[in-house]
Amino acid sequence: MSVSIITLIVLGIAVLGFFLGRQRALSLSASSGKRLHSLPGYYGQMVFLFAAVPALLLMTAWLFMQPILIEGRISANIPDSVIPEGGARSLVMADVRRIAGGLDALIADSGMTETALDQMRADETDVRSQLGNVGVALGSDVPVQVFEAAKEYRASSKTGSLLMSIAVLAVCGLFAAWSLLRISPDQRARNVSEGFVLALLVGASLVAILTTVGIVTSLLFETFHFFKLYPAREFFFSTVWNPQFRGGSELGILPLLWGTLYVSFIALLLAVPVGLMIAIYLAEYASKAMRSVAKPAIEVLAGIPTIVYGLFALITVGPFLRDWLAQPMGLGNSSSSVLTAGLVMGIMLIPFVSSLSDDIINAVPQSMRDGSFGLGATKSETIRQVILPAALPGVVGAVLLAASRAIGETMIVVMGAGAAAKLGLNPFEAMTTVTVKIVSQLTGDTEFASPETLVAFALGLTLFVFTLGLNVLALYIVRKYREQYE
Amino acid sequence: MTDATANSTGGTPGRNAGSLFDKDPRTRKRNAAETRFRMMGLAAVIFGVLCLVGLLGSIISNGVSAFSQTFIIVDVFLDPAKLDKDGDRDPDKIAKVTTFGYAPLIATAMEQAMEQANISIEGLGKKDAAELVSKEAPAQLRNYVLNNIDEIGETVRFKVLASGRIDGYYKGRVTMASAELDRNVSPAQLQLADQLKAAGLLSTGFNWQFFTAPDASDTRPEAAGLGVAILGSLYMMIIVLVLALPLGVAASVYLEEFAPQNWLTDAIEVNIANLAAVPSIVFGILGLAIFINMAGLPQSAPIVGGLVLTLMTLPTIIIATRAALKAVPPSIRDAALGVGASKMQSVFHHVLPLAAPGILTGTIIGLAQALGETAPLLLIGMVAFVREFPDGPPDGFFDPASALPVQVYNWTQRGDPAFVERASGAIIVLLIFLVCMNALAIVLRRRFERRW
Repeated sequence: MSVSIITLIVLGIAVLGFFLGRQRALSLSASSGKRLHSLPGYYGQMVFLFAAVPALLLMTAWLFMQPILIEGRISANIPDSVIPEGGARSLVMADVRRIAGGLDALIADSGMTETALDQMRADETDVRSQLGNVGVALGSDVPVQVFEAAKEYRASSKTGSLLMSIAVLAVCGLFAAWSLLRISPDQRARNVSEGFVLALLVGASLVAILTTVGIVTSLLFETFHFFKLYPAREFFFSTVWNPQFRGGSELGILPLLWGTLYVSFIALLLAVPVGLMIAIYLAEYASKAMRSVAKPAIEVLAGIPTIVYGLFALITVGPFLRDWLAQPMGLGNSSSSVLTAGLVMGIMLIPFVSSLSDDIINAVPQSMRDGSFGLGATKSETIRQVILPAALPGVVGAVLLAASRAIGETMIVVMGAGAAAKLGLNPFEAMTTVTVKIVSQLTGDTEFASPETLVAFALGLTLFVFTLGLNVLALYIVRKYREQYE
Repeated sequence: MTDATANSTGGTPGRNAGSLFDKDPRTRKRNAAETRFRMMGLAAVIFGVLCLVGLLGSIISNGVSAFSQTFIIVDVFLDPAKLDKDGDRDPDKIAKVTTFGYAPLIATAMEQAMEQANISIEGLGKKDAAELVSKEAPAQLRNYVLNNIDEIGETVRFKVLASGRIDGYYKGRVTMASAELDRNVSPAQLQLADQLKAAGLLSTGFNWQFFTAPDASDTRPEAAGLGVAILGSLYMMIIVLVLALPLGVAASVYLEEFAPQNWLTDAIEVNIANLAAVPSIVFGILGLAIFINMAGLPQSAPIVGGLVLTLMTLPTIIIATRAALKAVPPSIRDAALGVGASKMQSVFHHVLPLAAPGILTGTIIGLAQALGETAPLLLIGMVAFVREFPDGPPDGFFDPASALPVQVYNWTQRGDPAFVERASGAIIVLLIFLVCMNALAIVLRRRFERRW
């Protein structure tokens, strides 16, 4: 039975339970002559919740756990002899999954019976060509053990799904019946169902914590794996980044960090002065009409997806800088460069800096401005000598937030900065960043046992720690500042 | 700064000599600094607006040509000798003729068309003439024949795609000079195209296929479309909406209305604030490690993309929903409680409906953000080349698909410059979707927003 059918059945039982519960409450009250504690709908709602929620939760958990358990068992049964030289167990398991999927297709397409499949043996029939006929292409002939493992995988998955259907429907039915039988006019149905709903609300807000836990554990876990295969000292202090997919790579993070910081620095060099001046102008000088046009126009920049900026860097800014600056000056002839990515990222960050600073400047009390004007200061003197110093902590917070954005930004650097990892000062050269390397190490066919893939998790953890640190610092500064004037 | 005092004490020499309207050098300097500062601010604003204009202008000028496409009209004789050798019109046998079997038909048709229109160009062979037609055309022919088997033996008029270079010629990307250097097209072929155009056999029209066709391989940019990408993005948005909206609203209702002040609430709040600032690529790593490696969900599937984007959008929706809930005045809650409603009833019957427009606006803005997100999708395998349309939901959620922004990235990584035009065109489509969503959000806000 497919998941969607089970879901529909569970929901059907739950809706039925709602009406039955309501009906039962009403008839019990009529026959015993007692008044119901709650409105009749609450008795129905209680049955509905008890029928639907535990069953659906069980199903989600089961769907999540089943592949993990089955794969663990089957992978333990595959002997080391079938794992090819230099290959990994995970690759063999991927084959097992594909063959199992192919067998399903075989049965669906060519009308093969289950018994025929049971008797099929990898050393007697040509499994590879048969599977090829139904569109499952295999790289090599199938070893006997792998084929048997695939059959077992398929069998266990089928039993698993069957067990799941039974368990889910049983849980649904049992809970529905139990809550239905418990109904009596004295029962505090409203309190029960409200308690249930409250638990659901708490559960929903725990998703945020679960996500963070998921991020941290997956990053830590795989980084730990990586450091077992590759020395941590080399990773943090080596100045060479040179992954080789045959092994013997050098994976030093320093060139990537340098590229990241260089690009972010250029971006901030553009975004901070421009963004700050925009905020000052719009807050202090601009007429109402101008503000109502310019402010949304600049905020549109913040709503544009980063892929658009990436394309802008790739097809407009990059070639422009190459043809008009880099080549005439003899500084390089690559259209992807640190400067390209930095400038475009700077444009992306302008609205970020300007709207944060705008809020901060507006939060400086009017009395401070009035005091300054009263002493005869011009507007610009007031801004430079009174408002900006007062707003400084907030502006610093905004800059830190922008920096954390810049460090974590991916698409602009993927399309604008290039892929060459080097430590250099020339802004017209292509360099690379942490995020670019995460993308390039994890896209395409990935094998999860090699340090070349796992290094992406170590890079991700570094990135996570960096941005988190910057954010916490920024929020701390901003919060501290806000308390001053409130 | 202290002109008045300076005047009264007469401390500055020469100050009393002129009228107050004559500005002394120091005042002039200060006023000039003031003007300079003001101009700098104005320049910054203008720079910001120019960036927006330049960004949109460059994308639109590069991409607008993706919406038109050059077609060639050919009368193809569906030769029974080639398509149906036995003459028994057996669909299975006809289906065995691959697209390679159809290519000669088009070549012959092109030759006839040239004869009829009296076109002859030096140094142009039959093969060269056939190259004007896209490599996608045989597949188009084959599909037509398989659907209309009884038309074999007749001459049917087809509107086929012109090849990418010919298309580029009419969009200014390919010129006679560049054709000299190009292995894929010769100036003679461009002349032929011009003459075909004069004969009315070659025309340029609106490119509907751009929205409906799936992606195409590196050698046929003219056939590449956004069909699979739009469908994949739509599926992901459905998943995000179905998961993020209830979860986000439930979490905000709890945090805003019920949560006691304790360490757990603090932890949740800190978490949400931090998640909003985690780089999007980290969510991609999470999706890869948890959903694909641990839970065994398929790569490139909208379900994984949808789950990852849901986790990314949750903080946005929660923040917007909490703001909307906060905006409902406490008097509403007090009134409900006063007439005997329970806390839960007051929230679900009164506060939530009043906050609904704000929640909806926040959700749409969150969805718009998710629609444009690229980086996490790269990691979960959405970059794969997908030509098959996914099934209808819910099974289609597990089929391989692409997504709009990823398709853009994908096209920029290809060699043929025609794909850059396609990528910009795809961006325009994406931006139109975003503008529509944001406009809807603004309209909803204007229409239903209530000031208390």
